[in-house]
Amino acid sequence: MTEKIFRVNMTDLTTSVEDVPAAWAGHGGRGLTSTIVAAEVEPTCHPLGPKNKLVFAPGLLSGTVAANSGRLSAGAKSPLTGTIKEANSGGTAAQFLARCGCKALIIEGQPKGDGWYSLMVTPDGVTISEEKDLIGKGNFAVAGALESRLPGKGLITIGPAGEMKMAAANISVKDPDGGMRSNGRGGLGAVMGSKKVKFIAIDPRDGKVEIADPEKFKEANRTFAKALVGHPVSKALGQYGTNVLVNIINESGGLPTRNFTLGQFEGHEKISGETMYDTIIARNGKPKHNCHPGCVIQCSQVYNDASGKKITSGFEYESIWAMGADCCIDNLDQIAEADRLMDDIGIDSIETPVAMGVAMEAGVLSFGDGSGICRVLKEEVAKGTPLGRIIGNGAASVGRAYGVTRVPVVKNQAIPAYDPRAIKGIGITYATSTQGADHTMGYTIATNILGVGGKVDPLTKEGQVELSRNLQIATAAIDSTGMCLFIAFAALDDQNCLPALIEMINARFGIALTGDDVVSLGQYILKTERAFNLAAGFTNLDDRLPDFFYTEPVAPHNVVFDFSGEEIDTFWNF
Amino acid sequence: MQVTVKLFAFFRDGRFKEEGREYPPGTTVGDIVNSLGIVRDEVGVVLVNSRQAGLEAAVAENDAVAIFPVIGGG
Ligand code: SF4
Repeated sequence: MTEKIFRVNMTDLTTSVEDVPAAWAGHGGRGLTSTIVAAEVEPTCHPLGPKNKLVFAPGLLSGTVAANSGRLSAGAKSPLTGTIKEANSGGTAAQFLARCGCKALIIEGQPKGDGWYSLMVTPDGVTISEEKDLIGKGNFAVAGALESRLPGKGLITIGPAGEMKMAAANISVKDPDGGMRSNGRGGLGAVMGSKKVKFIAIDPRDGKVEIADPEKFKEANRTFAKALVGHPVSKALGQYGTNVLVNIINESGGLPTRNFTLGQFEGHEKISGETMYDTIIARNGKPKHNCHPGCVIQCSQVYNDASGKKITSGFEYESIWAMGADCCIDNLDQIAEADRLMDDIGIDSIETPVAMGVAMEAGVLSFGDGSGICRVLKEEVAKGTPLGRIIGNGAASVGRAYGVTRVPVVKNQAIPAYDPRAIKGIGITYATSTQGADHTMGYTIATNILGVGGKVDPLTKEGQVELSRNLQIATAAIDSTGMCLFIAFAALDDQNCLPALIEMINARFGIALTGDDVVSLGQYILKTERAFNLAAGFTNLDDRLPDFFYTEPVAPHNVVFDFSGEEIDTFWNF
Repeated sequence: MQVTVKLFAFFRDGRFKEEGREYPPGTTVGDIVNSLGIVRDEVGVVLVNSRQAGLEAAVAENDAVAIFPVIGGG
């Protein structure tokens, strides 16, 4: 099936199917969403106005049998950061879109009235329908209703947070078992809400992705999958999930605790991956689960309550850290309940609990009040009360509303689960990322803490800028392939992994990319994104951490973040 | 000398989470790993008093030694 660009104009409610412009042909995933946003969106526009565009793109390998290739990129100008944004998620939508022959889905314009709509994507293109029944409903109700209306289809949806255009609203993508995976960060759910699109259903019918050289592809995929399965990190991810990190980051003194005032959390053992694994087994849950067919790592899980009923799945370290250590809640069941609520409301499970931590410092709730967090999510955020909207607009919004100065954000986006004072490489990533603070943009934790891809001492400044730069370039390229980022552990350590990945791309398209081309692709993506931000009014002075990281030492190492502005700016020397 | 040893992930299976243990002066991290029957190749990260350390690092009285298998996430 030939790939096309599917375009939806919500101003006049028309759709079209277009040929792929030559300049976009070699791109997929993040490379494509950022290329399209940079080409078609005015950098100074209001993110929630008619000039912004929401772009979805499956990765270059999505829809094929390549292991772990089902990530969906979503891009736009972010209402949270004001920068360009790409957020990617698991679930089945990327594979289904690719099988529709949809290289990218561009949603532009804005309807005039108050009505809401849904989109249906098939290999023929997109149809727009008015939607009434599901407006105001949570993501699980939408998924349930869709399953009876149109069984077996892919689903991309927003919850009440997206409808209310909260800056922390995410876009949710259904996984094979009705769980939700999220294009989590940067408020892309609000952009979808501003277009008045409640959900997108995807029906690939019998559509298939064409492979130029099927034999070569199969061979490369075999080598690739073997590298993934054989890597010890993959094994640990399958058993403990990403939450295996709680104890090691705590032991390293880099687990931000009590709104970033401490580097270790007393209750770490109770919220750790080890405890989570034991609890899941005792309650007949599933320690292993995949967010899309074809994942061979299976870091997801199904977490049940004491009576054996499912509370949540895809229960991630960063979400558990945010509600756990940052808000001082040492009860995994309460954290799981809050996670499920956020999946249903459709709100970022990093931004929102970090905002709660700032609200706790302001005295809105007490640190440790897990049932309070669940109540605020249900009664305030989901209902859009004034307090709910202050929290739903993110950590910086809470800081401004309550006059708190210890607000852990960069470019308005909440800093996740790794303290940049005790793990300095990640501070460079937070500061320089084109998207606001985001650990996934250049995961220096691998090398600073986990000893994967070499070792760089987390407490010294030496080598951190270069480490972050190399990882950000590599990540931008991987985010274009549709690969889950957790392939990176094998890619950093196993000689066979990356060449096999490149070989699959070559076999898929009948091209001859080399390792150098992949590096150039990553560099191009970062530079394209940065150029957008500069044109939107950002400068190098926005590439800084909040004051308190430079002035408040964090225990147990009693260190501050000590990079000068000039040192940070050398990041862009490439 | 007294050393606090902490184990994580599947290193805990059939062993312990945290234990105060006696070792002779001059003990290295590698000696502790051996004393616990842990395969050296399976060790991913060692933190001595919250700092990264190698298997050859010497351990002192009252140190806290945390031993992790190769793990990742993010
Ligand atoms: S490793 Fe985890 S995030 Fe990655 S594809 Fe598998 S289940 Fe999804």
